[in-house]
Amino acid sequence: EIHIKEPIEKEVNPHLLPGELLLCEASTVYKYIQEDGSNRGTYGKLVCTNFKIAFLDDDSASDDNEPQFKNKIVGENDITLQCVDQIYGVYDEKKKLLTGQLRKYPEKLIIYCKDLRVFHFCLRYTKEEEVKRIVSGIVHHSQTPKLLKRLFLFSYASAAPNNTGGRNQTVMFDTLEDWRDELERTKGNVKYKAVTTNEGYRVSEKLPLYFVVPICVSEESILKYEGRGIPIWCWSCHNGAALLKMSAFPKEQDDITSQTQKAFLDGIYKTISKPPYELLKMDDLSSSLPSLQDIQIAYTRFKQLFLIDNSTDFWATDVKWFSLLESTNWLEIIRRVLKKAIEVAECLERQHTNVLLIEESATDLCCVISSLVQVMMDSYSRTKSGFQSLIQKEWVIGGHGFLDRCNHLHKSDKEEAPVFLLLLNCVWQLVQQYPPAFEFTETYLTVLSDSLYVPIFSTFFFNSQHQKDTNMSGESLKTQSAPFRFLTVWDWPVQFDPKAQAFLNNPLYAEKPKLDKSQRKTARFKHQRQLSLPLTQTKSSSKRGFFREETDHLIKNILGKRIGKFINSSDEPPNSFREFYDSWHSKPVDYHGLLLPRIDGPEIKVWAQRYLRWIPEAQLHGGGTIATAAKILDLMEEVQSLQVKMDEEHSQAVSGDVHSVPMLRNSARLSSLFPFALLQRQSIKPALPTSTWKDLEDEDDLVKRDDEFVDLSGDM
Amino acid sequence: MASSSTPKYNSNSLESSSSKRTLKDGTNWEQNEEIPRLPGETRVTDKDVIYMCPFNGPVKGRVYITNYRLYLRSVENDPVVVLNVPLGVISRIEKMGGASSRGENSYGLDITCKDMRNLRFALKQEGHSRRDIFEVLTKYAFPQSHNLVTAFTSYSFFFAFANEEKFSENGWMVYNPMSEYRRQGLPNERWRVTFINEHYGLCDTYPSLLVVPYNATDDDLKKVAAFRSRNRIPVLSWIHPETQAVIMRCSQPLVGMSGKRNKDDERYLDIIREANGQISKLTIYDARPNVNAVANKATGGGYEGEDAYPNAELFFLDIHNIHVMRESLKKLKDIVYPNVEESHWLSSLESTHWLEHIKLVLTGAIQVADKVSSGRSSVLVHCSDGWDRTAQLTSLAMLMLDSYYRTIEGFEVLVQKEWISFGHKFASRIGHGDKNHADADRSPIFLQFIDCVWQMSKQFPTAFEFNEQFLITILDHLYSCRFGTFLYNSESLREKEKVTEKTLSLWSLINSEKSKYTNPFYTKELNRALYPVASMRHLELWVNYYIRWNPRIRQQQPNPVEQRYMELLALRDDYIRRLEELQITNNSKISNSSASSASPSQMMSQVQTHF
Repeated sequence: EIHIKEPIEKEVNPHLLPGELLLCEASTVYKYIQEDGSNRGTYGKLVCTNFKIAFLDDDSASDDNEPQFKNKIVGENDITLQCVDQIYGVYDEKKKLLTGQLRKYPEKLIIYCKDLRVFHFCLRYTKEEEVKRIVSGIVHHSQTPKLLKRLFLFSYASAAPNNTGGRNQTVMFDTLEDWRDELERTKGNVKYKAVTTNEGYRVSEKLPLYFVVPICVSEESILKYEGRGIPIWCWSCHNGAALLKMSAFPKEQDDITSQTQKAFLDGIYKTISKPPYELLKMDDLSSSLPSLQDIQIAYTRFKQLFLIDNSTDFWATDVKWFSLLESTNWLEIIRRVLKKAIEVAECLERQHTNVLLIEESATDLCCVISSLVQVMMDSYSRTKSGFQSLIQKEWVIGGHGFLDRCNHLHKSDKEEAPVFLLLLNCVWQLVQQYPPAFEFTETYLTVLSDSLYVPIFSTFFFNSQHQKDTNMSGESLKTQSAPFRFLTVWDWPVQFDPKAQAFLNNPLYAEKPKLDKSQRKTARFKHQRQLSLPLTQTKSSSKRGFFREETDHLIKNILGKRIGKFINSSDEPPNSFREFYDSWHSKPVDYHGLLLPRIDGPEIKVWAQRYLRWIPEAQLHGGGTIATAAKILDLMEEVQSLQVKMDEEHSQAVSGDVHSVPMLRNSARLSSLFPFALLQRQSIKPALPTSTWKDLEDEDDLVKRDDEFVDLSGDM
Repeated sequence: MASSSTPKYNSNSLESSSSKRTLKDGTNWEQNEEIPRLPGETRVTDKDVIYMCPFNGPVKGRVYITNYRLYLRSVENDPVVVLNVPLGVISRIEKMGGASSRGENSYGLDITCKDMRNLRFALKQEGHSRRDIFEVLTKYAFPQSHNLVTAFTSYSFFFAFANEEKFSENGWMVYNPMSEYRRQGLPNERWRVTFINEHYGLCDTYPSLLVVPYNATDDDLKKVAAFRSRNRIPVLSWIHPETQAVIMRCSQPLVGMSGKRNKDDERYLDIIREANGQISKLTIYDARPNVNAVANKATGGGYEGEDAYPNAELFFLDIHNIHVMRESLKKLKDIVYPNVEESHWLSSLESTHWLEHIKLVLTGAIQVADKVSSGRSSVLVHCSDGWDRTAQLTSLAMLMLDSYYRTIEGFEVLVQKEWISFGHKFASRIGHGDKNHADADRSPIFLQFIDCVWQMSKQFPTAFEFNEQFLITILDHLYSCRFGTFLYNSESLREKEKVTEKTLSLWSLINSEKSKYTNPFYTKELNRALYPVASMRHLELWVNYYIRWNPRIRQQQPNPVEQRYMELLALRDDYIRRLEELQITNNSKISNSSASSASPSQMMSQVQTHF
C-alpha cells in the first residue's frame, strides 16, 4: 500500500550544465526509497535532458545534510543517458523491457543503471500526457541509436567556457615528446624508436599519431599492411626485455595473400629476434584468453546479480549466492586474465625474453594484459598519475574502441564488451591484496568506472585518436571554427571538490623514499624509472634467481632458433610458472617492486564497493573496511596537525604544504557503503534473511538424527 | 617468566610452524639449538624421518616426541622446515604401507589432526622405528584410551596436569559468576541468585550458581527440572540493562509422544515472562529445525506446544545437529587441504554448506538479540539438551548486545560462562585424549561459534578489542591440552578433578601477553548493539584459520593496514613527546634550535619507507 503524501506544489528546476537542454518533464512522480521492501518514497519531478535523466525531489530542502563525497556533475538522483542500462515498465505487476516505440504506458518505471543503481518511479499520479512524454523521451534518448555528434560531449564543449583545466601530471601520449620520454624513462630508447610515420594518419586510422617500434623496423614495412604485422612497443622491463603488441592479419581465403603475409611476418620476426633483441615469445590472446563475447556474456550475468529490486530479491538470491556467482564465470575470467599477466611477467622478468601479444586489432585484450603487466612490474603505474598515463598510453591513445565497447551510441550490441571494466576489476584485486602498493584507493577505481558514462569528458567517448582528432573541429557549427576543447576525465576537480578528492588518495600508500633535494628537479617523471628496479640488482638476482642471463645467452647461441616460441609452449617446463609464482610468494613483499596477484580460488573476490554499494541490505553500520580506513585517516590528520604545530614551534612561519585529509568524525558509525551511502537506513533493525536454505538433500540420515541419542522417556 | 623466555613456542608457533624461515645472517645456530620445551615437558623419543610435506615435497628431518608435542626439524632444507604439533591436536594415527610396500616413502605413518591438516612421515622399514613412534604417540596423544589408566587416575596423562609454566596473570581469576551477574545488575527485585545446585544436586551439567526469577522457589525449580531434559531448567544468561528483557537458556521440555504437560514448567515460564514488567509474550527460540523437534517427541523430548503455553510464541531456527556440522567440516577440509580446489572454488565451497550453517547460526542469534533489544520481550532459547546450539545462540546474542563481551576479558568471561560453566561437552565434542576418532559425539560446535565471532569481527573491524590471533590461539588450545580450560564436560567434573588447582588457564597465557592479542583499531563503544549481516555476500571462509597450512594462501603477516596504523600511532606519540619537549625548551630559553634537530617531515618519510 502506498501512503500518499499530498504533493507540495513548488517549482523545482533542474540544475543544467552549459549546453544542457531540458527535453521533457513530468511532475507528481513518486520515487521509491529502495529499503526493506516498503513503499516509502518521495514525490517529485522527473526530467530528461540531452545529458541526463533527473529526479527532482519536491521537498529538496534537506540540503543541510550535504554528503561528504559528492559528484559535482552527476547528483544522487541523476542518471546520465549513457549510464542507463535497461529500462523496464511495470504493467499490472508485470515487468516488461522498454526499448523502442511504446503502445501502452506503464504505471511504474524501473531504471537499471550501468553504475548498478536501480530507480523505481511510480507514474500512477502523473498526468497521462506527461507520462507519455517522459517515458517515450527517456526511452528514446537513452536507448536508441545516436549520432556521434549528438553526444552531449559536443554541446558541452561548445557551450562551456574555455576550460583549459589545470595541467595535471598525466602524460597524454599525444605528442612525440611523450613517447620519447616514456622510452627514456624505461630505458627502452636503445632498441626502440618513436616514429612519425602515421602523421596525417597515412598508415592507419586505427593507430595513434605517434607510436614506438623496434629500431630495425623500416618505415616501408609499417606502411605495407597499414601497420598490421608490426610489433608495437608497450613497455620495457628493467632488464631490457620488452612487452610488444601486434595487430594480426585477418584470416585470408586467398592462399597467395596469406603466403606473402606469412613471409612478411617471418621477415619481421627474424629482424627483431636478432641480437641485440632478446629471445621472442608470442602469445595469441584471442586463443589463450576468453573471447570478447564470453567476457560480455559473463559480465551481463554478473551485474544482474547486483541489480536488485527489493529485499525479497536480495535474500532469495543469497541462498545460492556462491553458485550463482560461479555460474556467471566473471570471477573465473578475472582469474585467467591475472594468470596470463603473471605468465607474461615471468617471461619478461625471469626468462628475460621479449613478449609479443597478438590480437586481431591489438586494442582489447592486448590493452588489458599490457596494462596489468605494467601495473604489476612498474611501480610508477601504481601511482595515480602513472596509472592515468598508462590508461592514456594503452587505452585512449592505444586505440581501444571505448565508443563501441561501451555501446555509447547504441549502434550495435555485438560490439559491446566490458574490456576496460575487466581491467579495473583485475587492478582492484591487486589493490585489495596489496593496499600499501597503490597511491590510489578502490574508491578511485570505482569513480573511474563511473566516469565511463559521463559524456563531458572526451576520454572514454572515442574509438581512436583519429576519430577524436577528426571530430575536434567545430565544422558543423558554422559560426564557430575554433576546435572543441574537451575535458579529460583526469581533471578530477571537475567532478569532485578537494574534500571529496581526498578519498581517492590511499592513506596506506607506502611512498618511495624521497630523493635528495638536488635530484628532485629532474624532468617530471624521469626518476620514477628507478621505482620498478629492485633495491639492488645483485641481491634480487641471486636471491630470487630470476636472472639467468648467462644460461640464456648460451641457449641462444646453441639453438640459434629464436622465434616461434609461444608462452607455455610444450618445450618449456610446465611448472616454471608455478615455480615463479610460489617463489615470489614465499618472500616478503616489496611494495615498490614486482607485484604478483594471488589467484587461488579464495583470493579472487567480488569488488564489493562497486557492486554492493547501493544495496541497503548489504550495508554494515559502523563496519566494513571503511571503519579502519577512517581511523587511519583520523590519525593521519592528527599527526599532520601535530607536524604543523612542530613547524610552528621551530620557526614562526606556518607551513602551508599539508595534504588535505577528509574529516571523518564519529568514524565508527559510518556505513560500510561509505562514501557511496546515499540510502541511509532509517532504522537500526538488523537485516534478517527472509528465505533461508534448509535443504540437505544428500545427508538425509544425518539430518534426522538427534545430537545424542538418549531415550528420555525412560527417565520419567 | 616462562612465557617471556619462550616466546617461540607458545601459541604463535603453531601458526607458523609449517615452514619457518631461517636466520638472515645465514648461520644455522638453530641447528644446534635445543628443541623447544615447556617447563614440565619431558622428551620421550626422537627418530629420523622423512616428512612428506604436501607443499614442498619430502623433507628429511628428525622428529622429537615429548609428553606434550611432536616436533620436527628438517636437516637439509634451507630455510629450515619446522613442525610443532601438540599431541592433543592428533585425532588419528594410521600406519601406511606394509612390509611388502614398494615405492619410495610408502612406508610410514599418517597422522590426522583436529586442526585441518594431515601429517605424513615416511620411515625406514628396518629397526622398528615406526612401531616405536606409533606406540609412543598413541600412548601420549590418547591417554584417555590407554590401558595404563588403571595404575593412575586418568588425568595425570593430560599434559595440562604436568605443565609447570608460570604466568604473571592467573586466568582462573577471570571469571567469577557472582561478579559477572553483579555487572549485569543482578540480583535485583525480580531475579535472584540460587545456590540450589551448589553440589550439582539439581543438575550435574549446570554450574553451581544460577540466576532464576525471584518469584520461583527452589522447590518450583526442582519440579521444573523433572520436566526438562537432563534437568537443565530455564535460567538467566543475560539481562538487558534498559528493557529488562532477559535471555534464558534451557533444554527441551519432556513432552513425549503423548504430549505430556507440566503445570510447574508452564507457570515457571509465565513467571519469566512477567519478570521484565512488559505485557509482551515470551518468545521461545527452538534452535532445531521443526521436523527434528517433532521427531524428538518419539524419544520423550519435544517443544512447548501452543495449548500448554498460550503466552509464548515459538520459533524454530533451523540449525542442524552436531552430525551435520561434523560432516560439513569434513567436506570443507576436503576442498582446502592439502590443495585448494582450483577451478570451481565457489561451488565447492557452497557444497560443503559450512558458510550456510554459519549464516543460520548468526541469523538465529540476530533474532534473539533483536527480540530482547527492540522487541523488548524476554527470550527462552533451547535445542535438545541446551549445550550446543543453545550455547552458540545465547553467547552470540550476548556478544551482539553487550559490548563488554567484545573486550578480551569480556570474551573470556563469555566463553567461561556460556560454554564452559554451562556444560558444553568439550571433552566429548573434541575428544580430548581419546583415540576413538570416529566417535559420533565429536563435532566442531565451538569452532563454529568462534568462526561466527570471526565473521563479526571481520564485518566490524573496530568493534572488538581482540584480534584474529586471539581467536586462533583459543582454537589451538582447544585441542592442545596444555591448559585445563577446555578439559572435561562439565563444571562438576572439573571440580572433581581439581582442574583449577592442578592446571593452568589459557587466559593466563593470553592475559600475560595481552598486546599480542589486541586489535589496534578497537574503538570502545558502550551499549551499542552490533548486528552482523548474515548474508553470503559478506560471509567469507576464514582463510587464515582453515587454510593456514598452505603457504600459497598465507596472508601477509603482519597485516599492512594494521602495521601502518601502528606506525602512525608511534609517530603521533613521538610528536606529542617532542612537542612537549620543544615547548619546554622554547619557554625556558627563547633561542632557535631548529637547525640541529631533524625536521618532522623527514621523520614522516622515514616511517613511510619502512614498508
